[in-house]
Amino acid sequence: MAMLSVKDLEVHYGVIKAIKGVSFDVNEGEVIALIGANGAGKTTILHTISGLLKPTAGSVMFEGQDITKVPAHKIVSLGMAHVPEGRRVFSQLSVLQNLKMGAYTRNDKAEMEETLQMIYKRFPRLEERKNQTAGTLSGGEQQMLAMGRALMSHPRIILMDEPSMGLSPIFVEEIFNIIRDISAEGTTVLLVEQNAKKALQIANRAYVLETGNIILSGDAKELMNDESVKKAYLGE
Amino acid sequence: MSSFLSYLITGISLGSVYAIIALGYTMVYGIAKMLNFAHGDVIMVGSYIAFLAVGAMGLPPILAVILAVVVCTTLGITIEKIAYKPLRTASPLAVLITAIGVSYFLQNMALLIFGANTKMFTSLISIDAINIGDGTVVVTGETLVTILACIFIMVCLTLFINKTKAGQAMLAVSEDKGAAELMGINVNGTISLTFAIGSALAAIAGVLLCSAYPTLTPYTGSMPGIKAFVAAVFGGIGSIPGAFIGGILLGVIENMSKAYISSQLSDAIVFSVLIIVLLVKPTGILGKKIHEKV
Repeated sequence: MAMLSVKDLEVHYGVIKAIKGVSFDVNEGEVIALIGANGAGKTTILHTISGLLKPTAGSVMFEGQDITKVPAHKIVSLGMAHVPEGRRVFSQLSVLQNLKMGAYTRNDKAEMEETLQMIYKRFPRLEERKNQTAGTLSGGEQQMLAMGRALMSHPRIILMDEPSMGLSPIFVEEIFNIIRDISAEGTTVLLVEQNAKKALQIANRAYVLETGNIILSGDAKELMNDESVKKAYLGE
Repeated sequence: MSSFLSYLITGISLGSVYAIIALGYTMVYGIAKMLNFAHGDVIMVGSYIAFLAVGAMGLPPILAVILAVVVCTTLGITIEKIAYKPLRTASPLAVLITAIGVSYFLQNMALLIFGANTKMFTSLISIDAINIGDGTVVVTGETLVTILACIFIMVCLTLFINKTKAGQAMLAVSEDKGAAELMGINVNGTISLTFAIGSALAAIAGVLLCSAYPTLTPYTGSMPGIKAFVAAVFGGIGSIPGAFIGGILLGVIENMSKAYISSQLSDAIVFSVLIIVLLVKPTGILGKKIHEKV
């Protein structure tokens, strides 16, 4: 059984149907990429999975539990974290306060400290700047903070929305390496990216989204060699 | 000199009441991004409850204050649930008009229940006045308790915001509701809590205000409410230290104008100061710059 299973999902913004019946599965341990152009509905799908938006039809199952109607703030403690588009760190709070926010639903102080040390090990920059307000960090550092913050909840699956957006090429490289590491340590990853090439390189499987529909899906390596994908998303 | 000192102390005391009320305005604004114009009338409700508790029910002052706090907290949470929560995604103007409606509703309910006659509020504070220096400056018990209460509330609130999980959640919600929700923070619960704290403070402010200025009518809360709103904007709306500084400054300016310029003009002077401050610094004294997302 799939870890995360989205079925016939439909989402409306007012009268506009943004997602027109999307179904896909994420299996435990996989890195799944959702790729597609701006406005295809990638972010909408992630928001619906994590409860920020309510679908008009369809369902979202997570580890056998129907979470379609579960409010967003109860999703985290089920083991799902979401790194939102544009990072959305709490800019007035310090780096450490931001990380603690990520562990808001946890009450195990000692283990939380352990997670924090692990995150500092993965992102040494965050430890260096732990007392700095998050708003003063660079874009790449904020992305790391947003990822660290999500990891603080010790999720089994992590949803990442455009983690490479607006970053310098060096940071893009680093962010994708980190995603690879996170996956290697056993966390399942659902990745939304405009940088289709990078996303397909690290993903096991991928779904191609176009104006609210999945038009193509399959093994990431195969999609990379697909003529239509090459033409539309890889710029070849 | 000694009269100046008394005016200053009375001003700080009046300002402390404004500051306590302004905290409610500023916290609700910071977290729910709305101006709760019914906040002033919660003060009035608190005062009536304390008045009834002492007068009709014969409760000791401290229990009367606790009862007022409990009733106002419940009232604040109820107002938020019934009137504001359904408008979470509505335009700010709709929320503003609703808040004004709630304000009139509370005033008219009070009019219906308690009548239009002015009630004489007996001070709940039974501490003797103290003399400073050679007895030329007299600080009344009400003045002293009001100032101390304000300082105590500020310290508690600052500790609460910075040291507790719920306080940190408030900061997170005030910055980004969606991201806060993704952290597992119950945003609706946090907004309720904010209204609860603001309304509890309004009850305390009501008791302090009526102990110092002992006339109580259904409109008692409205002018202090507006002035506290001015104080909140003055100090930088959304900022807790701003509400404190704004409140104290406003009280001092008002009292000094009454003493040295004209008691009729004092309100005009207070509002002129606000206009000047906003012209020079539109975000208020401690207001944060609004970061536009690029």
